[in-house]
Amino acid sequence: MNRKFNFSSKFRSANIFSLFIFATSLIFILFKGLNYGIDFKGGTLIELRASNTNTSSIRSILTNMNLGDVSVKNFGKSSDYLIKVEQKQTNEENIIPQIKKKLTENLNTEINFRRVENVGPKVSAELLQSGILAISLSLAAMLFYIWIRFEWQFSLGSIIALFHDVVITLGIFSFLSLEINLSIIAAVLTIVGYSMNDTVVIYDRIRENLNKYNKLSISEIANLSINDTLARTIITSITTLLALLSIFILGGEILRGFSFAMILGVIIGTYSSIFVASPILKFFKVTYKTLEKEEEKIVP
Amino acid sequence: MLNFSKINILIIYLVFFTIAVFSSLNFQDKNNLLIDKKINLGLDLQGGSYLLLEINSDTLVKEKIQGKVIPIKKLLKENNIVYSNFKINNQTLSLNIDDFDKFDLIFYSKKDNQVNPYIDNYRSFELEYKKISNNQIEILFSKFGLLTINNSALKQSIEIVRRRIDDVGTKEPTILQRGEKRILVELPGLKDPERIKTLLGKTAQLNFRLVSENSEFGTEKLISENSESLNVSKRIIMSGENLIDAQPNINNQNNEPTVSFTLDRLGAQKFGRATTDNVGKRLAIVLDGEIVSAPSINEPITSGNGMISGNFSFQEATDLALLLRSGALPTPLLVVEERTVGPDLGEDSIRSGVISLFVGFVLVILFMLYKYKIFGLIANTALIANLLMLIGILTILEATLTLPGIAGIILTVGMAVDANVLIFERIKEELKTEKSIIHAFDTGYTKAKITVLDANITTLIAAIILFAFGSGPVKGFAITLGIGIITTLFTAYFLARHLTSIVVLNTKNKEIRI
Repeated sequence: MNRKFNFSSKFRSANIFSLFIFATSLIFILFKGLNYGIDFKGGTLIELRASNTNTSSIRSILTNMNLGDVSVKNFGKSSDYLIKVEQKQTNEENIIPQIKKKLTENLNTEINFRRVENVGPKVSAELLQSGILAISLSLAAMLFYIWIRFEWQFSLGSIIALFHDVVITLGIFSFLSLEINLSIIAAVLTIVGYSMNDTVVIYDRIRENLNKYNKLSISEIANLSINDTLARTIITSITTLLALLSIFILGGEILRGFSFAMILGVIIGTYSSIFVASPILKFFKVTYKTLEKEEEKIVP
Repeated sequence: MLNFSKINILIIYLVFFTIAVFSSLNFQDKNNLLIDKKINLGLDLQGGSYLLLEINSDTLVKEKIQGKVIPIKKLLKENNIVYSNFKINNQTLSLNIDDFDKFDLIFYSKKDNQVNPYIDNYRSFELEYKKISNNQIEILFSKFGLLTINNSALKQSIEIVRRRIDDVGTKEPTILQRGEKRILVELPGLKDPERIKTLLGKTAQLNFRLVSENSEFGTEKLISENSESLNVSKRIIMSGENLIDAQPNINNQNNEPTVSFTLDRLGAQKFGRATTDNVGKRLAIVLDGEIVSAPSINEPITSGNGMISGNFSFQEATDLALLLRSGALPTPLLVVEERTVGPDLGEDSIRSGVISLFVGFVLVILFMLYKYKIFGLIANTALIANLLMLIGILTILEATLTLPGIAGIILTVGMAVDANVLIFERIKEELKTEKSIIHAFDTGYTKAKITVLDANITTLIAAIILFAFGSGPVKGFAITLGIGIITTLFTAYFLARHLTSIVVLNTKNKEIRI
């Protein structure tokens, strides 16, 4: 890969594009909201397998039970169904055996209850809280690590890029009304790790090149460094995406949301390392002197 | 960077083989275990039930504060403190007293304080009081007093939950404390947790109380099993604590399922006395505030053996006997979270997990071969070694593999080659300017080292945070991802580097291309 791309000429339009997508994502998250699964909203989930039935007959049986908000949909195979019952205010504890009994009595076919989950309101609130805390903490930890290893400009730049990735990934989930559950939080955290990984590789090279060519502007340095590491960036993205696509297509219904979030995250994370994290250094007026100053401080 | 001393090589391969060999333990013959270590399957893969139970100590606190009424009154009288307007509120007591200083002195006395004991562990008294107005005070449990009640209730509950679950006979249950109020129960292989939930949902507080003719003071109205309204005395003759055994039986006369019980010595005495004194009266057997049955006392029962009948089915009798044997829970338990996976879904998950792992692995390997040829082969060897070590470490730790955990392994496969890609790309760059091939490889490794380390530490940080905050299956993901990073660093930096050095050093004068 010897061709040089002129990334720096695209920085301005990329920044406008990023801002636009970021703002749109934020608007979606704030106004349309996120589609929380029972992990975070509380409620009951039942996955069942039954031939000779359909979503509408299951739905009509459950509607008669007066359970509140019930959703029934196909899940992967045509004979698999996913039922979700929203948390009701009234503390109805024995809702699961009731639903099971009602379905067994009324559907004239054999039912295999494959998965049953029930999350109470207290636990779901705690899970959401700890999910948000985990993501915030990981961002803070990254900020701190980069701050130690590089200078504060780099640390801030990488965090803005990470924020960009997390918000856009969640924005797309909001736009497509995809479910946010525990595994999506895991995916977001992994995206944070992956995107950081990508950014660090480019930053490392920027630092090296700043020392090597102190006549070049930061835009030129960024451009040079992105090109230097481009082959690696692309190859690693490809191998990671190959693994993720394999999970997405063959890993079954339960891992689909997780692998989709990861695929989005890898693409966005790769983009942001090049088009967000690197150009941002210009705004902080990073030059080779930025590095020197720090070194002087360390060696008095 | 390409020079390895013999001892270094020895250590590298020794570490690799020692760890990798553990991965084979997972394929041992079950009946003939050499070393009993293997990766455990999470509930989402083997099927089973996960329950999170929460104790509710509110009623317990209420009972405990009521229990303090008499000792406090006695204490006040003994010390000639005049009190009035003594009220029992929900979880507090309020009263008017005349001498605050004196009260304060005896209330917070560390020596032999029976009413308000000093808890050494927490350096705090069990109770505390607040001044509400000029002469009125409110007595309540201190923060640590509540904590003590809570802790002991939780410990006791765990013990009883364990007894009940063991009695049902599920295989390898896990019962653990989670936080200050919760009990985690994992029941592998259990398909339907309803029976266990029902058994754990009952406190099973059993007591024997006399039935009165009329609704005099100290009685309450309870509905009997055949919907008869009875006035039952609040005075407890004997409670379930005195039971040492209970078994389900079939009554020979009418073929009805019953529960026969055996009392300890103290219980037998109490029961004997009460039944002797009250022949002809009816005795209510009350379980969790509901009358199970209220038979007439025909003759004194002094043997310490008795029988409860009450229109049970045999299952109900069996469950009641089990509950009575295991003892009463100090507080009701609420199921706050439940996750059950059927065994066939678990099998499906394993299958799709393994297939996607295999396919992802093959795709990555083919891509690396295409991209880097001979060095791709090295990267792939490192990748296989990486997987073996990852599985080996999971085996040594006897970690629990979950479906997201398998996803973590696949992701490791995709990201593990990154270290080698970084190094190879760096060497490529060096080869452009550097004449000596060996030198180019050497600088490539040296320069890439920092980057590889930085890049992997960031992912490791994410994995550690995920491990700390994640629950159940997500924790499994964090484990495989985190260990994957460590094995990746090892294989890329030691194994792959050594293999590269063999290739480079043996083709000294020929053209080497990456």
